[in-house]
Amino acid sequence: MAQTKLVKCTINGEYTETMVDVRASLTDMLRNDFRLTSVKKGCEVGECGACNVIIDGECYNSCIYLAVWADGKNIRTLESLLGPNGELSDIQQAFIDEAAVQCGFCTPGFIMTAVEILESGRRYTRDELKKLLSGHLCRCTGYENIINAVEKTMNKRLSEREGE
Amino acid sequence: MYDIKALYEANSVNEAIELMQQHPDAKIIAGGSDVLIKLREGKLAGCELVSIFGIDALRGISMDEDGTLRILPLTSFSHITKDPLINEHIKVLGEAVDMVGGPQIRNIGTIGGNISNGVTSADSASTLHAWDAIVELTSAEGVRQLPIKEYYISAGKVALRPAELLTAILIKEESYAGYKGHYIKYAMRNAMDIATLGCSVNVKLSDDKKTILGARIAYGVAGPVPMRVPAAEEAVRGKPVCGETVDAFAGAAMQNINPRDSWRASRDFRLHLAHELAKRALTESIRLSGGEI
Repeated sequence: MAQTKLVKCTINGEYTETMVDVRASLTDMLRNDFRLTSVKKGCEVGECGACNVIIDGECYNSCIYLAVWADGKNIRTLESLLGPNGELSDIQQAFIDEAAVQCGFCTPGFIMTAVEILESGRRYTRDELKKLLSGHLCRCTGYENIINAVEKTMNKRLSEREGE
Repeated sequence: MYDIKALYEANSVNEAIELMQQHPDAKIIAGGSDVLIKLREGKLAGCELVSIFGIDALRGISMDEDGTLRILPLTSFSHITKDPLINEHIKVLGEAVDMVGGPQIRNIGTIGGNISNGVTSADSASTLHAWDAIVELTSAEGVRQLPIKEYYISAGKVALRPAELLTAILIKEESYAGYKGHYIKYAMRNAMDIATLGCSVNVKLSDDKKTILGARIAYGVAGPVPMRVPAAEEAVRGKPVCGETVDAFAGAAMQNINPRDSWRASRDFRLHLAHELAKRALTESIRLSGGEI
């Protein structure tokens, strides 16, 4: 009989309770119990960033995070960015506009790190952005377009805020 | 799914110690960025785990009344880098742990886990050695303290007794007051890599910035465990701040270490790095202290 635990947490703004197997990773829980398939299974050892989610405001690779640790936490995945009528957020649109997406497997992870960067409200240099995005692997784009998408969205948000 | 036989979650230090006593074969898991990866590799397959991740009382950085910096072991690397006390008194530690893995790893990885693995390449370990850190270990018998040098026994082995937990890392005021330091990690890439060699140096200069009152140096990957090099420290004590002193420091440092050949790099390359990094790290430490060469 598998050892289980009741995990109470908030996922994409909704309070949830679910019984999880203690052997599960947070990736397993989000994909299998909540069908949040933006959370990708990539390397599963914390190197590629495809499973990245935001927990209490900070980015974590959910593949090396025990599902039971999610108890009491506030978790956000890419699905939380969807508008009420299915609209894309500015950072998702920027990834399309800048051709920062090819196969798309790394994209949700990159975008959640971008969300953490953008929500800090700080202006970063291109070198700082490269370091902040360095926990993700992309085998298609060569990274330049991804950095462009994040940088342009950062500049746009900051200039809109200054204009207010 | 991880191949775990059982998971026991502790919410306090006492509970963790009790769980370790009840399950003597269980491994401690803190942030999991080493343990869960070993599980994926099959190295710890079928193990029992005592999770201390939920013990919030073991997170944070504070200062004791006597000026001792108290770093609690579950503090993540990113929180160490952002911490105001660290930035004021031992900024180099924040810079060193900002070179571990990548951003997500620095959010989950803990400084206590980093040193308790007993791995020579740990980015925090050489800096903690170079600043005379003390580890505080708690068991049912009570609390004991050890210099970090004595915490490391051999590659992968630290001085934790059965059912004993690392509960703080301490840096005394006399160890940090007046010192400035610099850490250099040499690796093949800037992110998600393990140090080929790491070198942490700090220095205290005279009021006129012309004389070295004290210098300390520690390496990672220059031997099976992180190591200080007393011969290099002696070579520059009381010496003038100049290029010859820096050369003497680096020369003494490289002659008193014993790196090995591994698939990452040869012994010769590591010796070359040890010489060059000692020079650069001391030069930068002197510059940070207001000295000129």
